[in-house]
Amino acid sequence: MSDVQTYAPGTHPDLPPPPNEVGVLAWLRQNLFSNWVNAGLTLASLALIIVIVPPLLSWFVFDAVFSGENRQACEGAGGACWAVVTARWNQFFYGLYPSDQTWRLNVVFVGLLLAVTPWLAPQAPFRRALVWFSLAYPFLAYWLLAGGLSLEPVHTGAWGGFTLTLVIGVTGIAASLPLGILLALGRQSSLPVVSMLCVAFIETVRGVPLIMFLFMASNMLNLFLPQGVQFDLLLRALIAVTLFSSAYMAEVVRGGLQAISSGQYEAAQAMGLTYWQSMRHIILPQALRTVIPGIVNNFIALFKDTSLVAIIGLFDLLNMAKAIVTDADWQGLSIEVYVFAGIVYWIVCFSMSRYSLWLEGSLDAENKDAA
Amino acid sequence: MRAFGIAIIAALMTMGGAYAQTLDEVRARGYLNCGVNTGLAGFASPNEEGAWEGFDVDFCRALAAAIFDDPDAVRYRALTSQERFTALQSAEIDILSRNTTWTLTRDVSVGVDFIGVNYYDGQGFMVPTALEVESALELDGARICVQTGTTTELNLADFFRANGMTFETVVIQTAEESRRNYMAESCDAYTTDVSGLAAVRVTLPEPNAHIILPEVISKEPLGPVVRQGDPQWTDLARWTLNALITAEELGVTSANVDDMREAAVNPNIRRLLGVEGDMGSQLGLDAAWAYRIIRHTGNYGEIFDRNIGTGSPLSLERGLNGQWYDGGILYAPPLR
Repeated sequence: MSDVQTYAPGTHPDLPPPPNEVGVLAWLRQNLFSNWVNAGLTLASLALIIVIVPPLLSWFVFDAVFSGENRQACEGAGGACWAVVTARWNQFFYGLYPSDQTWRLNVVFVGLLLAVTPWLAPQAPFRRALVWFSLAYPFLAYWLLAGGLSLEPVHTGAWGGFTLTLVIGVTGIAASLPLGILLALGRQSSLPVVSMLCVAFIETVRGVPLIMFLFMASNMLNLFLPQGVQFDLLLRALIAVTLFSSAYMAEVVRGGLQAISSGQYEAAQAMGLTYWQSMRHIILPQALRTVIPGIVNNFIALFKDTSLVAIIGLFDLLNMAKAIVTDADWQGLSIEVYVFAGIVYWIVCFSMSRYSLWLEGSLDAENKDAA
Repeated sequence: MRAFGIAIIAALMTMGGAYAQTLDEVRARGYLNCGVNTGLAGFASPNEEGAWEGFDVDFCRALAAAIFDDPDAVRYRALTSQERFTALQSAEIDILSRNTTWTLTRDVSVGVDFIGVNYYDGQGFMVPTALEVESALELDGARICVQTGTTTELNLADFFRANGMTFETVVIQTAEESRRNYMAESCDAYTTDVSGLAAVRVTLPEPNAHIILPEVISKEPLGPVVRQGDPQWTDLARWTLNALITAEELGVTSANVDDMREAAVNPNIRRLLGVEGDMGSQLGLDAAWAYRIIRHTGNYGEIFDRNIGTGSPLSLERGLNGQWYDGGILYAPPLR
């Protein structure tokens, strides 16, 4: 009994928590081995990782060949032959664009980053100047891409690779949101002609596969045009993709509009706001905020759908990859080429989805500040 | 609604006449619209600089050289096999040079004209040399990799039945998959068109350990195609091909064409190069049309070697595509 120490009330020192409740062991026990089932799952997952990851890593990195003239450079290597990607890097990104003019595409890329900044990050510095820049950007980008006015003209047939995917994706995204909003508002309009037209458009477009639109645009259109009138193929694809995507966007926005309680509409009217004022200041900001995930989902789908233009012979990233696979010098390296194209698509789409999460978070925070 | 329908039908009916002047249109436009494959090793694919090259591409370059003296005055339109004829009919392209097999149905009912054959392909077999097989007739009981749903599969069955042999198919979806199966030795032989076999062969770890058997069991004559209804354009395309073949027959190459033009005494060569006679004006061009073709793209043999022959990774033998005096069946009608 003598070794039992006693303390006066209030003088007991703080003891460390029991060793199996803190630290690595406790974390492991709580998160990975909390019961028999979880322990089994943990071990199974660990085994799976051990089986899968090292061979994948060695294929991707350690045994891979990163440079070379042709596929003979990869002879004997156990891993991926990334040499094909490095050798055809320019085509993945610039397509068939004349190689001495690719600086123009680089300018377009950088310009795009600047142009989207004010819309994506409202807190960015120099916002006003950037907004003006982004309004002028489409014309600037078109001039740089197509040439003319002291730049060497480049026919749209030569645009390709990631550039073309971006051109179609960004144009589709930038044009389909406003169009979709107008269509959604039109569908709810009290003017029967407007609403019927919008409903007819939306339902027709949603009822037909995008591939059929593209196919019609590329092959059938010429039969209905007068002799000698040639529409640019890329322009046709752009119009098809944009119209298609705007119909889907309209339905997403309509969902947002329906989520707004009628009290908001009535309040706006009571304040004497006109229809457009109330939409601009009251309804749309709330409606769009609720459907951000749906909108971004549409954007991502649209970006991936751009690969369908391959069907009409445009060389977007995926079709370019297909063409590279057929190069006689690099025969039989389809896995590497497609994996690389997949990674590029994934990076873009994943960035969009992360951005949308961040945007939702920051808008929520704003709401809470306001409340 | 009805009036609209009638208008469309009327427009479609007048279409044949409306396209009559392809050569004038091409001249006015300043370049040729050429439909090619979206990518087929050796026949049409974009190279490292992003320029189109290949056996089929060179035909369009030859045609452009004949018209414009500039083989680069071509805009390429990559076409899938489903849309190639529609693109030709709707005048999106002036000529289709896309490894297209000449068949009766296509020639007669699709509204297009085949102008000749520039590559005689056919279905063949590839086997590992280790099997010590030297003829397809020794393949009795073999396991054979074949792509499903193709004429290839039917030809295979016909060939084996005709020769009273049995076989086992390993049915596969894509060319890439066939390659893998063949490499993994899940089949003894691999069958598809000979040009395709050659393309696969060079990608195998040890190309020399595999041979393509001499038997060709089907006919796949590939050639350029033009729209029906413009005889002048059809003739021009046809004789561009004939000029390429004739030039090889007469020994005219891109290297010696200038000397030949100065010094040749052979009247056939003189006619070909426009020194004598007036072949060009009958085609709507000037006398030096064929000279321009040879100077810019070389003759048929040069085009073949450079893209798919021994000078290329595919290293296809000339075989059937040799000149008639060399054991092949290339035989251009006389250019006179």
